[in-house]
Amino acid sequence: MASVALTNLDPASRAAARGWSDLTIRNMFIIPTLVFLIVFNIFPLIYSLGYSFTNFAANRSEPWQFVGLQNYRELLSDDHIWSNFVITAKYVIVSVAGQMIVGFGLALLLNRSFPMKGLITTLLLLPMMMSAAVVGLFWQLLYSPSWGPINYVFGLGDFAWLSNPDSALYAVAITDIWMWSPFVMLLSLAGLSAVPQHLYEAAAIDRASWWYTFTRITLPLVSPILLIALIFRTMEAFKTFDIAYTMTTQPTAELIAIRLYKQAFQQWDTGKSCALAYIVLIMVLAITNLYVKYLNKVKER
Amino acid sequence: MRKIVTSVLAGVGLALACGTSVHAQDKELTIFWAEWDPANYLQELVNDYTAETGVKVTVQTTPWPDFQTKAFTEFNAHGDAYDMVVGDSQWLGAGSTQGHYVDLTDFFNQHKLGDVMAPATIKYYAEYPGGSGKYWAIPLEGDAIGWSYRKDWFEDPKEKEAFKAKYGYDLAVPTTYVQLRDIAEFFHRPDQKRYGVAIYTDNSYDAMAMGVESAIFSYGGDLGDYATYKVDGITNSKEAAAGLDMYKELYKFTPPGWGKTFFVEDNQAITGGLSAMSMNFFAFFPPLVNKATNPYADVTGFFANPAGPDGKRFAALGGQGISVVSYSKNKDEAMKFLEWFIKDETQKKWAELGGYTCSQAVLKSEAFQNATPYNKAFYDTMFMVKDFWATPEYAEVLDQLNQNIYPFVVGGKGTAQEALDKTAADWKATFTKYNRYK
Repeated sequence: MASVALTNLDPASRAAARGWSDLTIRNMFIIPTLVFLIVFNIFPLIYSLGYSFTNFAANRSEPWQFVGLQNYRELLSDDHIWSNFVITAKYVIVSVAGQMIVGFGLALLLNRSFPMKGLITTLLLLPMMMSAAVVGLFWQLLYSPSWGPINYVFGLGDFAWLSNPDSALYAVAITDIWMWSPFVMLLSLAGLSAVPQHLYEAAAIDRASWWYTFTRITLPLVSPILLIALIFRTMEAFKTFDIAYTMTTQPTAELIAIRLYKQAFQQWDTGKSCALAYIVLIMVLAITNLYVKYLNKVKER
Repeated sequence: MRKIVTSVLAGVGLALACGTSVHAQDKELTIFWAEWDPANYLQELVNDYTAETGVKVTVQTTPWPDFQTKAFTEFNAHGDAYDMVVGDSQWLGAGSTQGHYVDLTDFFNQHKLGDVMAPATIKYYAEYPGGSGKYWAIPLEGDAIGWSYRKDWFEDPKEKEAFKAKYGYDLAVPTTYVQLRDIAEFFHRPDQKRYGVAIYTDNSYDAMAMGVESAIFSYGGDLGDYATYKVDGITNSKEAAAGLDMYKELYKFTPPGWGKTFFVEDNQAITGGLSAMSMNFFAFFPPLVNKATNPYADVTGFFANPAGPDGKRFAALGGQGISVVSYSKNKDEAMKFLEWFIKDETQKKWAELGGYTCSQAVLKSEAFQNATPYNKAFYDTMFMVKDFWATPEYAEVLDQLNQNIYPFVVGGKGTAQEALDKTAADWKATFTKYNRYK
């Protein structure tokens, strides 16, 4: 790191004329960002960690008390919370797997030259440019058993996607796949176009099969960037709130973020909500760390 | 350069100075309410006040699902964005004990509002704790659960004949829940895209709870003893379970996908010609008698919530009272406004605009009862209403009820007794946590 030394100021520059050193200028750029981060990120993070050990409730004027680990103990022994975590895990697996398959598949299809490639790629990117709440509301209409086009096209009669406790979560996951596959597609396309063409040419001369080329050349070279997509999508899916909240109120589709919202802003159980938020944070950190470890391994190859 | 800067600054300063002096002359009041027709009627009403006194009154609104969250975020921050709030009856506990609302007891006694407003509205919209003689709000919008139905389907001679042949009694407006169920079953014809009944099932706030408690109350059950917080044996009584069972039974005859429904969907069930009967709060009925919003306006009728097996008849209370926010900087001005609001002429005008006045004199008048097809049913209902818990922890209590009854009603999991046993246990734990059992 130390080798990235700052270059000296040009003595003829205006900054030098005002008597500023390069250090001053560096500080001028960095300090505002640091202050912003500390005030709006780090400070609330530490403050809420403190709250998570109290019975503080934002809607009460009574003084709060220190309760130690009670909030964590109660949360981790609460069946409802565990079922929320199981629901969230199911959701993350289904929606992220779906996005990786659809997104990477689309990228493979797009990774060749054909007429209007630019236009088609742009159109495919549209879903992820929309607001999640709007997507949720539109898909609610698409799924409608009375007039929704989905049941009409697939001839499903009046199957109630969002009111059926068994299908609600998957209906939300399908929407999420529709919305975020383009993101995976975009990253994969970047990865695919970076694979040197001469490798494919060499494989073609050796008469390698399509499958052999795919598993030995394409996948290994694209996998680091695919893993980055996987990390982003897993983190995002874990904290999904908007789509699920607007689409259904099924308890079988109550993701952990929705439970957290209800606890924090409908019941005003602030202390306990902080504790739950920390549990979620630790889980996301742990999962991301596993991925990052694996990513580093892949990169070393 | 320096001159330009100085003159710009001077200009800005002058503008600010003028701005504030103009502002000081103008008195403004902000009333916070949910986004629905009555809020528009209220804005029309308060325009008269502005014309009389020069005080500008604005009714600020937010969609229903955000209403509670937004109001309490402001209260918790001790913010003065709202001078008055038309709050849900369940907020009284939190509003009064946490110091968000101004105590209106003196105002209440001075104007003898106990004799002016309908008794149920005082009990549920104004007084907290129950029976204490302490008042925190002025009843503003009376409301309760009622029903709309398709008169043409009910009066069709062929349907009448078929109904009598099947059930052995005449097809008419149901007076009991069992009749309501039979009629729902009779008209439930999915192959013709016609369904029996539309009920509330949204569990993100109190929609489903209001529908369920209407059935539980009429079946002779209760949610608990609101004075002693006793829930064991009350919340999970046989009567309460029978009421919940009936609600689940009705869910069978709803249109497909009826798993997240509140007032919008229930009105659509009528305006879209989907169902024979539909539950809704009276405040949402005006669009149903309007030809522009309901193609079946001429053939839509209304009735009050039916009775249970023992003839007991209740309906869930909606509606709100208006309270003065204790963090407001215009409290005196707000009190003056309330004095104007409780005048008989104002209440009469309020009713004419479409607001559901709680004034007994207006409610009892012929003019009011005949003003719309549903006012008579509303009048009948306002004397048989019961409400949900109003304790400061009601949001937690509501969420626990939702968590236990929704999987039973919509998901078909477990039994009514199990759902209510679990609810009683959860509530007991919550009330214990808040030291309600002394």
